Amino acid sequence: MSPVEAKRKKILFISSSGGHWIEILRLRAAFVDCEAHYISTDKNYDESLSSGHFYSVRDASRWDKTGLVLQALRILYLLIIIRPDVVISTGAAVGFFGLFFAKKMRIKTIWVDSLANVEKMSLSGLKVRPYADLWLTQWQHLATEKGPYFHGAVL
Amino acid sequence: MIFVTVGSQLPFERLIKAVDLWAGKHKNQPVFAQIGDSDYVPKNMTFCQSISPIEYEKRLKEASLVISHVGTGVILNALELGKPLLLMPRLLNKKEIRNNHQLTSVEYFSTFPSINIAENETVLIHLLTQILSEGNLDNHPVKPTVSDDLISVIQKFVAV
Repeated sequence: MSPVEAKRKKILFISSSGGHWIEILRLRAAFVDCEAHYISTDKNYDESLSSGHFYSVRDASRWDKTGLVLQALRILYLLIIIRPDVVISTGAAVGFFGLFFAKKMRIKTIWVDSLANVEKMSLSGLKVRPYADLWLTQWQHLATEKGPYFHGAVL
Repeated sequence: MIFVTVGSQLPFERLIKAVDLWAGKHKNQPVFAQIGDSDYVPKNMTFCQSISPIEYEKRLKEASLVISHVGTGVILNALELGKPLLLMPRLLNKKEIRNNHQLTSVEYFSTFPSINIAENETVLIHLLTQILSEGNLDNHPVKPTVSDDLISVIQKFVAV
């Protein structure tokens, strides 16, 4: 194996706080022997992680335009610094920005829509579609032939 | 100890007020509540506005019953610890949330035996009294599982 192939992959987990965060932590099961980086909107999460690198970003609702712009710029900055191989998100706005910029930077992107969205995909989940290389729902009845795809849940 | 939590993002005064009024009539039942940025100040239970992830986990582990909104975070955590849940959905028309996903997800989460869902405060109080009088608070933890298919799809995608 060449040194390049042997290099551990850098994974960026990005989600807002609460349920999105609990769900994304469970997705770590898919990434063994990777270098983990985390971005979320609650700075207190740092203390609950036993390993990996944590970065916090401001929270912003979809009506707080200034907050969203500042949040997006910080995420772009962090992506440039971290340079991950893969970005994965469960939502919401922070995940959208994470995948949006990552796609432009030719980084692989994965969206796993939150379990909370039982009736339909989340707003950020719908908007992120063009930027998600792997676009997944956790509810079988929301899956369609053209995506989002269903391969099970973290429950 | 009953643990009430409204999550980190928005207050949920309807829930806090209902449980507080109940606690006033049931002084023998200690209640701890994380209430968020709430205008209503509880009179009958100890409370805090926000809680660190470590204290949250400790409170969950110590709880005999968890009362909350229909949030996936608290649901996943409580199932994992085998804690019975009593949940009331936040409503969009009461400005308790930004969309109605909690209401629409009720029927899916209520299929779990340890999850009790109350559509309003009256039902919440009724269920609360009922759950405690049955005394059937033992529950079997649900081992956290992630679907094997989901893991393998992600791993294949990452490896390419």
